[in-house]
Amino acid sequence: MLRYLLNRLMLAIPTLLGVATLTFFMLALLPGDAVETMLRADGGNPTPEIIAAERARLGLDRPILVQFGDFLWGLFTGDLGSSSWTGKPVLDEIMLRLPVTLELAVLGMIIAVVIALPLGTLAGIFHGTWLDNLIRIFAFGGIALPSFWLGMMLALAMLWFFNWLPPLGSNSLFSDPIRVLQQLTLPALAVGYRYAAMLVRMMRASVIEAMSEDYVRTARAKGLPASSIVRRHIVPNSLLPTVTIIGLEFALMVGSLVVIEQVFSLNGLGRLFVESVARSDLIVIQGIVVVLTIIFIAINLLVDLAYAAIDPRIRLGRG
Amino acid sequence: MRNVFPPPSHGPLWANEPKRLPNWVELIRNYPFGVVGLLVLVIIFVASGLAHWIAPYDPLETNYANTLAAPSLQHWLGTDTFGRDLLSRVLYGGRTALFIGVSASIIGSTIGAMLGITSAYIGGWFELILERFLEVLLAIPTMILALVLVATMGRNLVFGIDFNLVLAIALPIVPNMARIARSQTLTIRRQAYVDAARTLGFSSSRIIAWHIAPNIAGPYIVMVTTFVSQAILIEASLSYLGLGVTAPTASWGLMLAGNAFNSALTAPWIVIFPGVAIALVVFSFSMLGDALRDIFDPKASAGR
Repeated sequence: MLRYLLNRLMLAIPTLLGVATLTFFMLALLPGDAVETMLRADGGNPTPEIIAAERARLGLDRPILVQFGDFLWGLFTGDLGSSSWTGKPVLDEIMLRLPVTLELAVLGMIIAVVIALPLGTLAGIFHGTWLDNLIRIFAFGGIALPSFWLGMMLALAMLWFFNWLPPLGSNSLFSDPIRVLQQLTLPALAVGYRYAAMLVRMMRASVIEAMSEDYVRTARAKGLPASSIVRRHIVPNSLLPTVTIIGLEFALMVGSLVVIEQVFSLNGLGRLFVESVARSDLIVIQGIVVVLTIIFIAINLLVDLAYAAIDPRIRLGRG
Repeated sequence: MRNVFPPPSHGPLWANEPKRLPNWVELIRNYPFGVVGLLVLVIIFVASGLAHWIAPYDPLETNYANTLAAPSLQHWLGTDTFGRDLLSRVLYGGRTALFIGVSASIIGSTIGAMLGITSAYIGGWFELILERFLEVLLAIPTMILALVLVATMGRNLVFGIDFNLVLAIALPIVPNMARIARSQTLTIRRQAYVDAARTLGFSSSRIIAWHIAPNIAGPYIVMVTTFVSQAILIEASLSYLGLGVTAPTASWGLMLAGNAFNSALTAPWIVIFPGVAIALVVFSFSMLGDALRDIFDPKASAGR
């Protein structure tokens, strides 16, 4: 079990290094001069001298490999550089905003799982009936509705019917959990619905598959009541592929998170990211991509843990 | 006594087959969702393609005397904060969304398919390096990758369409398609007809073009359809964030941006219709994609 986890962790390191390298070179080598874009973002019309001076200030006039070495060394020592816009350390900027994004992600995930697992199971068990079709349409909706638009609609509906909007400002989960919950429930619903749609489809497909397995036939043949067949045979076996999807589709939710934070004026990582893209603040962009990748890998490690907990084949040491 | 050996029937063999329903009835019966999706898409393609002739107003024509008007006979979907006709803007926005969505999806899928096929066919170090590279690309969430590309590439307007935006949406599709094309090619290249072609001395490029590529056409079409909906959602999100399509061009995402939310308190139609348009298109593409997947690969879709 421990070996399995260590194994996974070792596999994650090259991916992380790869993402860091790729992001660095993408930002450094792609056409388009970020410094110029950045200076133009204030509405100025910089002369070549000003651009050159700015490049020198940011250390962008050094050879690319020296910059890259610097970046990698920074990565090891936990230093992601300083924002070329505000001058503050990127890591501080990120840490300031990470809690909101993480809380939102976790809440969205919880909502998605709570909605999706029962619905997917129901749709699978009753597949081909009106209930199944209803749930499938619900799932299609989650895939089709842009989460940022859904968020807007939810907020509008709250405003129309209850004259209520989520509170603004940044609140700490520990000092004021209720306020945080008020603030994050609507955006979490908006991103969670989309996530739930994916899970419903996966769960439904695996329930249908599990239902035609031999062990289900055997269970029926020996006269087990339907409810215990579902509980003891179908659901546990269908959970395995669904849990994998929970990890993989997390990437999808990160994309929605970036946009939904803008809708609800949440000061999270996504907001910082969008602002940095608008200002061409490459160092912050780079830092955020690295941090997001770490989170993505961490989530998938957690999913592997959950997987190991569910699947006896892994728990008992083959991995 | 029953005639055990009936005389051979005259006429062609298929005369004895049970009468089959016409193909299209069968299609509707087997894939109702897919057919609905296809129909909606045809309507939307035609309507937005002919936007120039259909749209009742110029999408850019402002009318400050008639801002935020409710839907009426003159303005079917109402007007926005500048008094522009929403129906016309939704139609023109559809043109933007479909153009960017379809072209990004085709560009991304084609590059991906070519990379996937070549890497699987050639193998060796080329495959190894490409695989690692694509794996890393896959580890970055699609939306994030698109945003990074937007940040680095800047704008590059060709005929009013930001070509770099299309590329930024297309590139995240590449690794996804490449992975699928690769796994398909790996099974195809072991088929006897590929061996036969090689024995006949055909060149690799000919074998890839004539013997392998046609065989992954099915999954390719399915994936293009699926990626179009993804691309349209990303275009809408980027435009909403102010990083996609820029101001004079009509775009659904752009119509929701800025202070649209505040105006929507008094005039909800200005946010409802663009959102419904996005949802309708994405919904139809997903349903069509699902149906195509069932048609091309019946065994992979266990009742999905």
